[in-house]
Amino acid sequence: MRPFGYVRAESPEAAAALVAGDLSAAFVGGGTEILNWLKDGLADPALLVDVGRLGLDAVEVSDGGLRLGSGARMSDVARDRHVRAEFPVLARALEAGASPQLRNMATLGGNLLQRTRCAYFREPSFPCNKRVPGTGCPARDGDHAMHAILGASDACVAVHPSDLAVALLALDARVEVLGVHGRREVAIEDFYPHAGDDPRRETALRHGELVVGIGVPSGPRARTSGYLKVRERGSFAFALVSVAAAVEVVEGVVRSARIALGGVAHRPWRVRAAEDALLGRPLADGSVADAAEAAVRDADPLPGNRYKVAIARGAVRRVLEEIGERG
Amino acid sequence: MIEVVPSEGGVVPAAVEVGLVVNGEARRLVVEPRVTLLDALRERLGLTGAKKGCDHGECGACTVLVDDRRIYSCTTLAVMQEGRRVTTVEGLGTPESPHPVQAAFVEHDGMQCGMCTPGQVVSAVALIAEGHAGSEDEIREWMSGNLCRCAAYPGIVAAVRAAAGGAS
Repeated sequence: MRPFGYVRAESPEAAAALVAGDLSAAFVGGGTEILNWLKDGLADPALLVDVGRLGLDAVEVSDGGLRLGSGARMSDVARDRHVRAEFPVLARALEAGASPQLRNMATLGGNLLQRTRCAYFREPSFPCNKRVPGTGCPARDGDHAMHAILGASDACVAVHPSDLAVALLALDARVEVLGVHGRREVAIEDFYPHAGDDPRRETALRHGELVVGIGVPSGPRARTSGYLKVRERGSFAFALVSVAAAVEVVEGVVRSARIALGGVAHRPWRVRAAEDALLGRPLADGSVADAAEAAVRDADPLPGNRYKVAIARGAVRRVLEEIGERG
Repeated sequence: MIEVVPSEGGVVPAAVEVGLVVNGEARRLVVEPRVTLLDALRERLGLTGAKKGCDHGECGACTVLVDDRRIYSCTTLAVMQEGRRVTTVEGLGTPESPHPVQAAFVEHDGMQCGMCTPGQVVSAVALIAEGHAGSEDEIREWMSGNLCRCAAYPGIVAAVRAAAGGAS
Protein backbone atom coordinates (compact mmCIF):
# COMPACT_ATOMS: atom_id res chain seq x y z
CA MET A 1 0.00 0.00 0.00
CA ARG A 2 1.15 3.52 -0.78
CA PRO A 3 1.22 5.92 2.20
CA PHE A 4 -1.87 8.00 2.96
CA GLY A 5 -3.18 10.27 5.66
CA TYR A 6 -6.02 9.35 7.96
CA VAL A 7 -8.63 11.39 9.76
CA ARG A 8 -11.55 10.30 11.87
CA ALA A 9 -14.40 12.61 10.98
CA GLU A 10 -16.50 14.10 13.78
CA SER A 11 -19.78 14.23 11.91
CA PRO A 12 -21.20 13.06 8.59
CA GLU A 13 -21.26 16.69 7.43
CA ALA A 14 -17.59 17.15 8.32
CA ALA A 15 -16.70 13.90 6.54
CA ALA A 16 -18.52 14.97 3.37
CA ALA A 17 -16.85 18.39 3.47
CA LEU A 18 -13.40 16.85 3.91
CA VAL A 19 -13.75 14.51 0.95
CA ALA A 20 -15.59 17.02 -1.24
CA GLY A 21 -12.76 19.48 -0.76
CA ASP A 22 -10.02 17.06 -1.73
CA LEU A 23 -10.16 15.09 -4.98
CA SER A 24 -7.58 12.66 -3.62
CA ALA A 25 -9.59 11.84 -0.47
CA ALA A 26 -11.86 8.84 0.06
CA PHE A 27 -14.23 7.56 2.74
CA VAL A 28 -13.50 4.39 4.70
CA GLY A 29 -16.28 2.62 6.62
CA GLY A 30 -15.66 -1.03 7.39
CA GLY A 31 -12.55 -1.07 5.21
CA THR A 32 -13.09 -4.54 3.75
CA GLU A 33 -13.36 -3.31 0.17
CA ILE A 34 -11.19 -0.19 0.02
CA LEU A 35 -8.23 -1.94 1.65
CA ASN A 36 -8.18 -4.36 -1.25
CA TRP A 37 -8.30 -1.44 -3.69
CA LEU A 38 -5.33 0.10 -1.92
CA LYS A 39 -3.35 -3.16 -1.91
CA ASP A 40 -4.16 -3.92 -5.55
CA GLY A 41 -3.47 -0.44 -6.88
CA LEU A 42 -7.11 0.28 -7.81
CA ALA A 43 -7.20 3.42 -5.67
CA ASP A 44 -4.52 5.76 -4.49
CA PRO A 45 -6.04 8.24 -2.06
CA ALA A 46 -3.84 10.74 -0.24
CA LEU A 47 -6.33 10.87 2.64
CA LEU A 48 -8.78 8.37 4.14
CA VAL A 49 -11.70 9.86 6.05
CA ASP A 50 -13.02 7.32 8.55
CA VAL A 51 -16.82 7.36 8.79
CA GLY A 52 -17.00 4.18 10.86
CA ARG A 53 -17.75 5.80 14.21
CA LEU A 54 -20.30 8.45 13.29
CA GLY A 55 -23.36 6.75 14.77
CA LEU A 56 -24.68 5.98 11.30
CA ASP A 57 -25.43 2.40 12.31
CA ALA A 58 -29.04 2.59 13.54
CA VAL A 59 -31.76 0.20 12.34
CA GLU A 60 -35.02 2.12 12.77
CA VAL A 61 -38.52 0.78 12.29
CA SER A 62 -41.52 2.96 11.48
CA ASP A 63 -45.02 2.38 10.12
CA GLY A 64 -43.71 3.13 6.67
CA GLY A 65 -40.85 0.68 6.78
CA LEU A 66 -37.21 0.52 7.71
CA ARG A 67 -34.50 3.11 7.84
CA LEU A 68 -31.06 1.51 7.84
CA GLY A 69 -28.02 3.56 8.74
CA SER A 70 -25.31 3.25 6.12
CA GLY A 71 -22.79 2.37 8.82
CA ALA A 72 -24.79 -0.59 10.11
CA ARG A 73 -22.81 -3.79 9.78
CA MET A 74 -24.21 -6.52 7.53
CA SER A 75 -24.30 -9.04 10.38
CA ASP A 76 -26.25 -6.76 12.72
CA VAL A 77 -28.92 -6.01 10.12
CA ALA A 78 -29.19 -9.66 9.07
CA ARG A 79 -29.70 -10.68 12.71
CA ASP A 80 -32.38 -8.09 13.45
CA ARG A 81 -35.65 -9.86 14.32
CA HIS A 82 -37.86 -7.32 12.60
CA VAL A 83 -35.79 -7.45 9.42
CA ARG A 84 -35.91 -11.25 9.41
CA ALA A 85 -39.67 -11.41 9.89
CA GLU A 86 -40.83 -8.50 7.73
CA PHE A 87 -38.12 -8.24 5.06
CA PRO A 88 -36.91 -11.83 4.49
CA VAL A 89 -35.30 -10.99 1.14
CA LEU A 90 -33.08 -8.47 2.90
CA ALA A 91 -31.95 -10.77 5.73
CA ARG A 92 -31.32 -13.64 3.32
CA ALA A 93 -29.35 -11.55 0.85
CA LEU A 94 -27.18 -10.18 3.64
CA GLU A 95 -26.48 -13.64 5.06
CA ALA A 96 -25.74 -15.01 1.59
CA GLY A 97 -23.01 -12.41 1.17
CA ALA A 98 -19.35 -12.65 2.14
CA SER A 99 -18.40 -14.56 5.31
CA PRO A 100 -19.25 -14.15 9.01
CA GLN A 101 -16.06 -12.16 9.62
CA LEU A 102 -16.62 -9.82 6.69
CA ARG A 103 -20.28 -9.33 7.65
CA ASN A 104 -19.10 -8.24 11.11
CA MET A 105 -16.96 -5.54 9.48
CA ALA A 106 -18.62 -4.46 6.26
CA THR A 107 -21.16 -1.64 6.29
CA LEU A 108 -24.32 -1.44 4.20
CA GLY A 109 -23.09 1.73 2.53
CA GLY A 110 -19.80 0.13 1.60
CA ASN A 111 -21.59 -2.95 0.34
CA LEU A 112 -23.49 -0.83 -2.21
CA LEU A 113 -20.22 0.73 -3.38
CA GLN A 114 -18.31 -2.49 -4.03
CA ARG A 115 -16.62 -2.67 -7.40
CA THR A 116 -16.72 -5.62 -9.74
CA ARG A 117 -14.69 -8.74 -8.97
CA CYS A 118 -13.79 -9.14 -12.65
CA ALA A 119 -10.27 -10.57 -12.36
CA TYR A 120 -9.02 -8.42 -15.24
CA PHE A 121 -10.27 -5.28 -13.50
CA ARG A 122 -8.69 -6.30 -10.19
CA GLU A 123 -5.28 -7.06 -11.69
CA PRO A 124 -3.71 -3.83 -13.02
CA SER A 125 -1.28 -5.66 -15.31
CA PHE A 126 -4.22 -6.38 -17.65
CA PRO A 127 -5.85 -3.82 -19.90
CA CYS A 128 -9.34 -2.88 -18.73
CA ASN A 129 -11.73 -0.23 -20.02
CA LYS A 130 -13.14 0.22 -16.53
CA ARG A 131 -9.70 1.02 -15.10
CA VAL A 132 -8.10 2.75 -18.06
CA PRO A 133 -10.61 3.77 -20.76
CA GLY A 134 -9.74 2.69 -24.26
CA THR A 135 -7.38 -0.12 -23.33
CA GLY A 136 -9.84 -2.88 -24.16
CA CYS A 137 -11.69 -5.68 -22.44
CA PRO A 138 -9.77 -8.96 -22.11
CA ALA A 139 -12.79 -10.66 -20.54
CA ARG A 140 -14.83 -10.55 -23.74
CA ASP A 141 -12.42 -12.92 -25.48
CA GLY A 142 -10.91 -14.37 -22.34
CA ASP A 143 -12.27 -15.94 -19.17
CA HIS A 144 -15.78 -14.58 -18.79
CA ALA A 145 -17.52 -17.46 -17.03
CA MET A 146 -18.53 -15.09 -14.22
CA HIS A 147 -19.50 -12.19 -16.47
CA ALA A 148 -22.64 -10.51 -17.74
CA ILE A 149 -25.42 -12.09 -19.78
CA LEU A 150 -27.67 -9.01 -19.68
CA GLY A 151 -27.15 -5.35 -20.47
CA ALA A 152 -23.41 -5.46 -21.14
CA SER A 153 -21.74 -2.82 -23.27
CA ASP A 154 -19.07 -3.28 -25.92
CA ALA A 155 -16.61 -1.76 -23.47
CA CYS A 156 -17.29 -3.87 -20.38
CA VAL A 157 -18.91 -7.21 -19.53
CA ALA A 158 -18.29 -7.12 -15.76
CA VAL A 159 -21.01 -7.82 -13.20
CA HIS A 160 -21.91 -6.02 -10.00
CA PRO A 161 -21.04 -8.10 -6.92
CA SER A 162 -23.55 -6.95 -4.29
CA ASP A 163 -26.32 -9.22 -3.00
CA LEU A 164 -27.76 -6.43 -0.86
CA ALA A 165 -28.34 -4.18 -3.88
CA VAL A 166 -30.38 -6.91 -5.60
CA ALA A 167 -32.60 -7.31 -2.54
CA LEU A 168 -33.03 -3.54 -2.23
CA LEU A 169 -34.10 -3.33 -5.87
CA ALA A 170 -36.86 -5.85 -5.17
CA LEU A 171 -37.94 -3.69 -2.21
CA ASP A 172 -38.05 -0.30 -4.00
CA ALA A 173 -35.46 1.04 -1.55
CA ARG A 174 -34.09 4.56 -1.59
CA VAL A 175 -30.50 5.59 -0.88
CA GLU A 176 -29.99 8.67 1.30
CA VAL A 177 -26.98 10.70 0.27
CA LEU A 178 -25.30 13.59 2.08
CA GLY A 179 -23.16 16.13 0.27
CA VAL A 180 -21.84 19.58 0.98
CA HIS A 181 -24.99 21.03 -0.58
CA GLY A 182 -27.33 18.96 1.58
CA ARG A 183 -29.18 15.68 1.46
CA ARG A 184 -30.85 13.95 -1.43
CA GLU A 185 -32.54 10.62 -1.99
CA VAL A 186 -31.89 8.37 -4.94
CA ALA A 187 -34.11 5.43 -5.84
CA ILE A 188 -31.99 2.28 -5.84
CA GLU A 189 -33.02 1.79 -9.46
CA ASP A 190 -31.34 5.11 -10.33
CA PHE A 191 -28.35 4.61 -8.04
CA TYR A 192 -26.59 2.34 -10.54
CA PRO A 193 -26.35 3.83 -14.06
CA HIS A 194 -27.16 1.82 -17.14
CA ALA A 195 -24.26 0.86 -19.35
CA GLY A 196 -22.91 3.85 -21.18
CA ASP A 197 -19.76 4.78 -22.98
CA ASP A 198 -17.74 5.07 -19.78
CA PRO A 199 -17.68 1.92 -17.66
CA ARG A 200 -15.88 3.83 -14.91
CA ARG A 201 -19.17 5.43 -13.96
CA GLU A 202 -20.68 2.99 -11.48
CA THR A 203 -23.01 4.95 -9.18
CA ALA A 204 -25.00 8.17 -9.08
CA LEU A 205 -22.69 9.55 -6.35
CA ARG A 206 -20.63 12.65 -6.93
CA HIS A 207 -17.20 12.94 -5.36
CA GLY A 208 -17.60 13.78 -1.68
CA GLU A 209 -21.16 12.49 -1.39
CA LEU A 210 -21.62 10.07 1.49
CA VAL A 211 -24.29 7.38 1.65
CA VAL A 212 -25.85 7.94 5.08
CA GLY A 213 -28.87 5.66 5.01
CA ILE A 214 -31.19 3.36 3.14
CA GLY A 215 -34.95 3.68 3.28
CA VAL A 216 -36.92 0.48 2.74
CA PRO A 217 -40.71 0.78 2.47
CA SER A 218 -42.80 -1.98 4.04
CA GLY A 219 -45.21 -2.02 1.13
CA PRO A 220 -47.49 -4.93 0.30
CA ARG A 221 -44.74 -7.29 -0.85
CA ALA A 222 -41.83 -7.06 1.60
CA ARG A 223 -43.04 -9.87 3.83
CA THR A 224 -43.63 -12.27 0.94
CA SER A 225 -40.15 -11.96 -0.46
CA GLY A 226 -37.26 -14.31 -0.97
CA TYR A 227 -33.67 -14.56 -2.16
CA LEU A 228 -31.74 -17.36 -3.82
CA LYS A 229 -28.04 -17.23 -4.59
CA VAL A 230 -26.34 -19.81 -6.80
CA ARG A 231 -22.60 -20.12 -6.19
CA GLU A 232 -19.65 -22.22 -7.30
CA ARG A 233 -19.23 -23.47 -3.75
CA GLY A 234 -21.64 -23.84 -0.86
CA SER A 235 -20.86 -20.54 0.79
CA PHE A 236 -18.53 -17.49 0.76
CA ALA A 237 -18.54 -16.92 -2.98
CA PHE A 238 -19.93 -14.29 -5.31
CA ALA A 239 -23.11 -15.11 -7.16
CA LEU A 240 -23.10 -16.88 -10.48
CA VAL A 241 -26.73 -15.84 -10.48
CA SER A 242 -28.95 -14.58 -7.69
CA VAL A 243 -32.64 -13.74 -7.60
CA ALA A 244 -34.56 -11.43 -5.29
CA ALA A 245 -38.33 -11.53 -5.57
CA ALA A 246 -41.24 -9.93 -3.73
CA VAL A 247 -44.79 -10.86 -4.62
CA GLU A 248 -48.17 -9.52 -3.48
CA VAL A 249 -50.96 -12.08 -3.75
CA VAL A 250 -54.53 -10.89 -3.18
CA GLU A 251 -57.50 -13.27 -3.36
CA GLY A 252 -55.41 -15.93 -4.97
CA VAL A 253 -53.86 -13.89 -7.76
CA VAL A 254 -50.70 -11.83 -8.04
CA ARG A 255 -51.47 -8.14 -7.75
CA SER A 256 -47.88 -6.86 -7.89
CA ALA A 257 -44.36 -8.23 -8.06
CA ARG A 258 -40.71 -7.25 -8.14
CA ILE A 259 -38.07 -9.60 -9.54
CA ALA A 260 -34.39 -8.65 -9.69
CA LEU A 261 -31.35 -10.63 -10.76
CA GLY A 262 -27.80 -10.44 -9.44
CA GLY A 263 -24.55 -11.71 -10.92
CA VAL A 264 -25.81 -11.24 -14.47
CA ALA A 265 -25.24 -7.56 -15.28
CA HIS A 266 -23.18 -4.50 -14.41
CA ARG A 267 -25.96 -3.43 -12.05
CA PRO A 268 -28.69 -5.23 -10.15
CA TRP A 269 -31.06 -6.15 -12.94
CA ARG A 270 -34.82 -5.78 -12.65
CA VAL A 271 -36.81 -7.98 -15.01
CA ARG A 272 -40.17 -6.30 -15.58
CA ALA A 273 -41.21 -8.85 -18.19
CA ALA A 274 -40.98 -11.55 -15.54
CA GLU A 275 -43.03 -9.46 -13.11
CA ASP A 276 -45.68 -8.85 -15.77
CA ALA A 277 -45.91 -12.58 -16.48
CA LEU A 278 -47.26 -13.10 -12.96
CA LEU A 279 -49.81 -10.28 -12.80
CA GLY A 280 -53.46 -11.30 -12.42
CA ARG A 281 -52.59 -14.99 -12.27
CA PRO A 282 -52.22 -17.45 -9.36
CA LEU A 283 -48.62 -17.92 -8.24
CA ALA A 284 -48.54 -21.45 -9.65
CA ASP A 285 -46.74 -23.65 -12.14
CA GLY A 286 -47.91 -21.89 -15.31
CA SER A 287 -47.25 -18.31 -14.27
CA VAL A 288 -43.98 -19.20 -12.54
CA ALA A 289 -42.66 -20.96 -15.66
CA ASP A 290 -43.65 -17.99 -17.81
CA ALA A 291 -41.93 -15.58 -15.44
CA ALA A 292 -38.75 -17.67 -15.41
CA GLU A 293 -38.72 -17.73 -19.21
CA ALA A 294 -39.39 -14.00 -19.43
CA ALA A 295 -36.54 -13.25 -17.01
CA VAL A 296 -33.94 -14.50 -19.50
CA ARG A 297 -35.67 -13.55 -22.76
CA ASP A 298 -33.21 -10.69 -23.37
CA ALA A 299 -30.12 -12.65 -22.31
CA ASP A 300 -27.17 -12.25 -24.65
CA PRO A 301 -24.51 -14.53 -23.17
CA LEU A 302 -20.90 -14.88 -24.22
CA PRO A 303 -19.59 -18.32 -25.28
CA GLY A 304 -18.24 -19.05 -21.80
CA ASN A 305 -21.25 -18.06 -19.73
CA ARG A 306 -24.23 -19.53 -21.57
CA TYR A 307 -24.72 -21.78 -18.56
CA LYS A 308 -25.95 -18.75 -16.61
CA VAL A 309 -29.11 -18.52 -18.69
CA ALA A 310 -30.40 -21.88 -17.53
CA ILE A 311 -29.34 -21.16 -13.95
CA ALA A 312 -31.15 -17.81 -13.97
CA ARG A 313 -34.30 -19.41 -15.35
CA GLY A 314 -34.22 -22.13 -12.70
CA ALA A 315 -33.39 -19.74 -9.88
CA VAL A 316 -36.34 -17.46 -10.70
CA ARG A 317 -38.63 -20.48 -10.72
CA ARG A 318 -37.33 -21.77 -7.40
CA VAL A 319 -37.60 -18.44 -5.58
CA LEU A 320 -41.17 -17.94 -6.77
CA GLU A 321 -42.11 -21.51 -5.82
CA GLU A 322 -40.63 -21.01 -2.37
CA ILE A 323 -42.58 -17.77 -1.87
CA GLY A 324 -45.73 -19.56 -3.05
CA GLU A 325 -45.22 -22.41 -0.59
CA ARG A 326 -44.82 -19.97 2.29
CA GLY A 327 -48.08 -18.33 1.21
CA MET B 1 -9.75 13.00 17.26
CA ILE B 2 -6.84 11.52 15.41
CA GLU B 3 -5.80 13.68 12.54
CA VAL B 4 -2.94 12.91 10.26
CA VAL B 5 -2.98 14.88 7.08
CA PRO B 6 -0.17 14.57 4.60
CA SER B 7 2.01 17.62 4.51
CA GLU B 8 2.23 19.62 1.31
CA GLY B 9 4.08 18.01 -1.53
CA GLY B 10 2.79 14.53 -0.76
CA VAL B 11 5.36 13.78 1.90
CA VAL B 12 4.78 10.51 3.71
CA PRO B 13 2.25 11.12 6.50
CA ALA B 14 3.60 10.89 10.00
CA ALA B 15 2.99 7.80 12.05
CA VAL B 16 0.15 7.88 14.54
CA GLU B 17 -0.08 6.54 18.05
CA VAL B 18 -2.71 3.84 18.44
CA GLY B 19 -4.00 2.41 21.71
CA LEU B 20 -5.33 -1.15 21.73
CA VAL B 21 -6.17 -3.62 24.47
CA VAL B 22 -4.55 -6.78 23.18
CA ASN B 23 -5.31 -10.02 24.99
CA GLY B 24 -6.25 -8.02 28.06
CA GLU B 25 -3.19 -5.81 28.08
CA ALA B 26 -3.20 -2.12 27.17
CA ARG B 27 -0.71 -1.55 24.35
CA ARG B 28 0.36 1.63 22.62
CA LEU B 29 2.12 1.55 19.31
CA VAL B 30 3.19 4.04 16.70
CA VAL B 31 2.26 3.06 13.17
CA GLU B 32 1.70 4.64 9.79
CA PRO B 33 -2.01 4.87 8.92
CA ARG B 34 -1.51 2.26 6.17
CA VAL B 35 -0.50 -0.49 8.63
CA THR B 36 -3.17 -3.16 8.89
CA LEU B 37 -4.23 -4.54 12.24
CA LEU B 38 -2.67 -7.86 11.17
CA ASP B 39 0.71 -6.31 10.44
CA ALA B 40 0.58 -4.34 13.69
CA LEU B 41 -0.08 -7.52 15.67
CA ARG B 42 2.57 -9.59 13.90
CA GLU B 43 5.34 -7.11 13.16
CA ARG B 44 5.00 -4.60 16.01
CA LEU B 45 3.63 -6.67 18.88
CA GLY B 46 5.25 -9.98 18.00
CA LEU B 47 1.93 -11.85 18.04
CA THR B 48 2.42 -14.18 15.09
CA GLY B 49 -0.53 -16.46 15.80
CA ALA B 50 -2.77 -14.65 13.32
CA LYS B 51 -1.43 -15.59 9.89
CA LYS B 52 -1.15 -13.65 6.65
CA GLY B 53 -2.66 -16.05 4.15
CA CYS B 54 -4.30 -14.14 1.29
CA ASP B 55 -4.11 -10.63 2.81
CA HIS B 56 -7.39 -9.89 1.00
CA GLY B 57 -10.13 -11.04 3.35
CA GLU B 58 -10.65 -14.30 1.51
CA CYS B 59 -9.05 -17.05 3.61
CA GLY B 60 -9.62 -16.37 7.33
CA ALA B 61 -6.10 -17.19 8.57
CA CYS B 62 -5.87 -13.69 10.13
CA THR B 63 -9.11 -13.96 12.13
CA VAL B 64 -9.09 -12.17 15.50
CA LEU B 65 -11.79 -10.93 17.84
CA VAL B 66 -12.37 -7.18 18.17
CA ASP B 67 -14.72 -6.35 21.03
CA ASP B 68 -15.63 -10.08 20.97
CA ARG B 69 -16.66 -10.07 17.28
CA ARG B 70 -14.63 -12.09 14.80
CA ILE B 71 -13.09 -10.10 11.98
CA TYR B 72 -10.30 -10.36 9.44
CA SER B 73 -7.35 -8.39 10.80
CA CYS B 74 -5.89 -8.05 7.26
CA THR B 75 -8.72 -5.89 5.94
CA THR B 76 -8.79 -3.21 8.63
CA LEU B 77 -6.24 -0.60 9.57
CA ALA B 78 -4.75 -0.65 13.07
CA VAL B 79 -5.64 3.03 13.41
CA MET B 80 -9.31 2.24 12.72
CA GLN B 81 -9.38 -0.02 15.81
CA GLU B 82 -8.19 2.68 18.25
CA GLY B 83 -9.40 1.89 21.77
CA ARG B 84 -10.82 -1.53 20.95
CA ARG B 85 -10.22 -4.89 22.65
CA VAL B 86 -8.38 -7.34 20.40
CA THR B 87 -8.15 -11.05 21.15
CA THR B 88 -5.74 -13.21 19.19
CA VAL B 89 -5.18 -16.94 19.45
CA GLU B 90 -2.41 -16.19 21.95
CA GLY B 91 -5.06 -14.75 24.26
CA LEU B 92 -7.23 -17.87 24.26
CA GLY B 93 -5.03 -20.49 25.90
CA THR B 94 -1.52 -21.76 26.45
CA PRO B 95 0.14 -25.09 25.63
CA GLU B 96 -0.20 -26.02 29.30
CA SER B 97 -3.76 -24.78 29.59
CA PRO B 98 -5.43 -24.79 26.17
CA HIS B 99 -8.82 -23.21 25.51
CA PRO B 100 -11.55 -25.90 25.21
CA VAL B 101 -11.76 -25.20 21.47
CA GLN B 102 -8.01 -25.70 21.12
CA ALA B 103 -8.23 -28.96 23.07
CA ALA B 104 -11.06 -30.11 20.82
CA PHE B 105 -9.02 -29.35 17.67
CA VAL B 106 -6.24 -31.57 19.06
CA GLU B 107 -8.65 -34.30 20.12
CA HIS B 108 -10.49 -34.37 16.79
CA ASP B 109 -7.49 -33.85 14.51
CA GLY B 110 -8.85 -30.52 13.21
CA MET B 111 -5.70 -29.65 11.28
CA GLN B 112 -2.94 -30.86 9.02
CA CYS B 113 -0.28 -28.26 8.26
CA GLY B 114 -1.55 -25.84 10.92
CA MET B 115 -1.32 -22.62 8.90
CA CYS B 116 -5.05 -21.90 9.06
CA THR B 117 -5.51 -23.29 12.57
CA PRO B 118 -5.17 -20.10 14.68
CA GLY B 119 -7.82 -18.44 12.49
CA GLN B 120 -10.03 -21.54 12.62
CA VAL B 121 -9.80 -21.67 16.41
CA VAL B 122 -10.57 -17.97 16.94
CA SER B 123 -13.43 -18.17 14.45
CA ALA B 124 -14.82 -21.27 16.18
CA VAL B 125 -14.74 -19.58 19.59
CA ALA B 126 -16.85 -16.74 18.16
CA LEU B 127 -19.17 -19.11 16.27
CA ILE B 128 -19.98 -20.99 19.47
CA ALA B 129 -20.61 -17.74 21.35
CA GLU B 130 -22.91 -16.60 18.52
CA GLY B 131 -24.96 -19.78 18.87
CA HIS B 132 -24.23 -21.08 15.38
CA ALA B 133 -23.07 -24.59 16.33
CA GLY B 134 -26.47 -26.27 16.25
CA SER B 135 -25.71 -28.82 13.53
CA GLU B 136 -22.93 -29.88 11.20
CA ASP B 137 -24.53 -27.96 8.35
CA GLU B 138 -24.79 -24.84 10.47
CA ILE B 139 -21.16 -25.15 11.58
CA ARG B 140 -20.00 -25.57 7.97
CA GLU B 141 -21.95 -22.47 6.88
CA TRP B 142 -20.73 -20.32 9.78
CA MET B 143 -17.11 -21.54 9.47
CA SER B 144 -17.15 -20.74 5.74
CA GLY B 145 -14.96 -17.69 6.27
CA ASN B 146 -12.02 -19.92 7.19
CA LEU B 147 -10.46 -21.95 4.41
CA CYS B 148 -8.25 -24.99 5.00
CA ARG B 149 -6.22 -25.94 1.93
CA CYS B 150 -5.32 -29.27 3.54
CA ALA B 151 -9.10 -29.83 3.66
CA ALA B 152 -9.16 -30.92 7.29
CA TYR B 153 -12.80 -29.90 7.34
CA PRO B 154 -14.26 -33.12 8.81
CA GLY B 155 -11.95 -32.83 11.81
CA ILE B 156 -12.62 -29.10 12.17
CA VAL B 157 -16.38 -29.61 12.14
CA ALA B 158 -16.08 -32.45 14.67
CA ALA B 159 -13.91 -30.28 16.91
CA VAL B 160 -16.34 -27.35 16.82
CA ARG B 161 -19.25 -29.66 17.53
CA ALA B 162 -17.49 -31.24 20.46
CA ALA B 163 -16.35 -27.90 21.89
CA ALA B 164 -19.86 -26.46 21.56
CA GLY B 165 -21.41 -29.48 23.24
CA GLY B 166 -18.91 -29.37 26.05
CA ALA B 167 -19.44 -25.68 26.58
CA SER B 168 -23.23 -25.78 26.74
